[in-house]
Amino acid sequence: MKMDGGQALIRALELEGVDVMFGLPGGAILPVYDPIIDSSIRHILVRHEQGAGHMAEGYAHATGRPGVAMVTSGPGATNIVTPLCDAHLDSVPMVVITGQVPYAAIGTDAFQECDTTGITQSVTKHNFLVSEAQDIPRTIKEAFHIATTGRPGPVLVDIPKDIVDPDNPRSALEWTDDVEMDLPGYSPRTEVDPAAIAAAADLIRAAERPVLYVGGGILKARAAEALKELAELTGIHVVTTLMARGAFPDSHDLCLGMPGMHGNFTAVTAMQESDLLIALGARFDDRVTGRLDGFAQGAKIIHVDIDAAELGKVRRPDVAILGDCRVAIEALVSDLSSNGVGGADRGAWRSRVSGWQERFPLSYEQAQAGDALKPQMVIERLRDATPDDTIVASGVGQHQMWASQYWSFEHPYTWINSGGLGTMGFSIPAAIGAKAGCPDKMVWAVDGDGCFQMTAQELVTATVEKIPIKVALLNNSYLGMVRQWQEMFYDERYSEVFLSKDVPDYKGWAESMGCVAMRVDSPEEVDAAIAKANEVDDRPVVIDFRVTAAEKVYPMVPSGASNSELVVPPSQQDQPR
Amino acid sequence: MNEQQGSSGPAKHHVPDYRYHTLVVTVENKSGVLARLAALFSRRGFNIESLAVAPTDDERFSRVTVVVDLESAPLEQIIKQLDKLVNVVNIRELHPGHAVERELMIVTVAAGPDRRDELVEQLDRAGGKVLSVGADAMMLSLVGPPIRIDEFEELLGQYGIIELQRTGRVALANLDEND
Repeated sequence: MKMDGGQALIRALELEGVDVMFGLPGGAILPVYDPIIDSSIRHILVRHEQGAGHMAEGYAHATGRPGVAMVTSGPGATNIVTPLCDAHLDSVPMVVITGQVPYAAIGTDAFQECDTTGITQSVTKHNFLVSEAQDIPRTIKEAFHIATTGRPGPVLVDIPKDIVDPDNPRSALEWTDDVEMDLPGYSPRTEVDPAAIAAAADLIRAAERPVLYVGGGILKARAAEALKELAELTGIHVVTTLMARGAFPDSHDLCLGMPGMHGNFTAVTAMQESDLLIALGARFDDRVTGRLDGFAQGAKIIHVDIDAAELGKVRRPDVAILGDCRVAIEALVSDLSSNGVGGADRGAWRSRVSGWQERFPLSYEQAQAGDALKPQMVIERLRDATPDDTIVASGVGQHQMWASQYWSFEHPYTWINSGGLGTMGFSIPAAIGAKAGCPDKMVWAVDGDGCFQMTAQELVTATVEKIPIKVALLNNSYLGMVRQWQEMFYDERYSEVFLSKDVPDYKGWAESMGCVAMRVDSPEEVDAAIAKANEVDDRPVVIDFRVTAAEKVYPMVPSGASNSELVVPPSQQDQPR
Repeated sequence: MNEQQGSSGPAKHHVPDYRYHTLVVTVENKSGVLARLAALFSRRGFNIESLAVAPTDDERFSRVTVVVDLESAPLEQIIKQLDKLVNVVNIRELHPGHAVERELMIVTVAAGPDRRDELVEQLDRAGGKVLSVGADAMMLSLVGPPIRIDEFEELLGQYGIIELQRTGRVALANLDEND
């Protein structure tokens, strides 16, 4: 069948099962926007290309399917570099299509030309510059294959205008349904080495103080069910990293919650005191380990990862298992079921863990009558007033940590945040993408005022496209996390962290973008505002919660310190450890 | 990136082999692939001692011989990160002492008529060739194991090196090392 490159590109996306894409047209990508009119794919027109990228990420996080974004050349491409890097660090499957100047003009500094594949090389899993129209269908197939297999990640496809422009003879191609991929250097391995499984099972049987250290790879591998089976079979406690919140239910007896710099005392200390860490799809990030030479010094390590380069990158494992997390966990379950879970005495360990849980729960000082609103309390009320399967998307900073700490995640794929890159402004577009992919679920963005001002314009997108997300804005007038560091580590010398008490008028701004908006100043107003927001289902809602700037995120491992030097909230500082 | 294609500076002191390791990387012969390799080395802080690239007998692939500095990163991590590049088809590690390594140097040396005999005698002993003779200079070439090239380069210092280019090393596994 004869086609032009633009038609072939959209047809190839349809064949990959794309139902929603996020983008913004411009000169170089213009010819591809014409066939979109006739396509089954829903295109969501964003207000800034960064929004398109984070929406695609939010969609991918929530649905498990690759997110797709399409933007033009030059500034369109450079504006989506941050989402690409974000997706790269958090292993989010995403395909980004960028327009490019005509092939013959590449290298001439043409209008809106930039070296997109060069710029994005280090922030993508792979990228392509397509030179011939005939290569478009195969390249799209390869892009989706690479983005979604092995360790998932973002793939960019750069498309010169002449090969998609129907007025240019270079755009003509012969469409065939069965294109073959040509990727001789790409063959991710999913099956696991039985000998490594057996060795890992032996370590598990012998361990007296084991901890399952669960990272985002569990979610990517769709392994939450398998993980629960492994934990319950062995009775081993589970910590879920920032990227894995929801992979194991917070209400489960074996769940210790989040470890790391702002992890809770029990999760951090159980890892420190463990004799066996079973790392599943986790990468020993510095925010989890603290100072590396002081991290879990007495622990042997079993490390399961689908990316061979993670095995031994930071901490040398005693047993390395290369492969898919779900396959590995199922193999472990099978071995431990057949050969026994071992007779190690873990009674003393269990009582130590429960002792920590009793002495060092997550806590903050409740507001007294007349006190300002506490951000942690807003999260708790929101948690209690929303369904169990509500999707929470957060920005980056204090509000992100409080959301992760005080929410109770009961289901996988209900927590969406920017972990590796720490991208402020992530939450609103990510929430929109999640809601576009899961229209039947309630989606709340938990945001800070610094973050909100970076990407709030996408609420216009949400209104116009009828994507009714809700935003809980924890507004303390500060870049709160930076303020916290300046308070604790720079002698309370506050440098460039105060935003403003009264501008912008968030309620007025949100209303101007078509949202229902409320402002909440006191604790008494919180429940009513949330209840009202939950009733709105035809447009976005923003609640401007005016919270105190005095609250700090606790516990905290100071930067560069060992996890054993975890700072607990003032009320717990006299407790014996 | 401390990337050197051969060496154009003064002769280096020979460093023990364990610090450097030779990798033979087969890559797809496509535009931009060398940039991906170079960017990876830069991004991850891996240092390259030398790099030689040429197409193989199969035009779809190129063969890259790269000598990596193991003080900058462990070999295992370098190999694993390289392997993640989609265009990298195969990586082979050539252990020091289990491979034939060669490098080509061409060099222009200051040598008037009074010193030519002595220079040619030393060149003969090393197995090199005279490529060209000028009024006050000679252009020479020498092929050999990199350590021999290092030694000869150092020896030429007494004459005065006017211009020098080394190719960086290429290598093949010893015959008995091939599967």
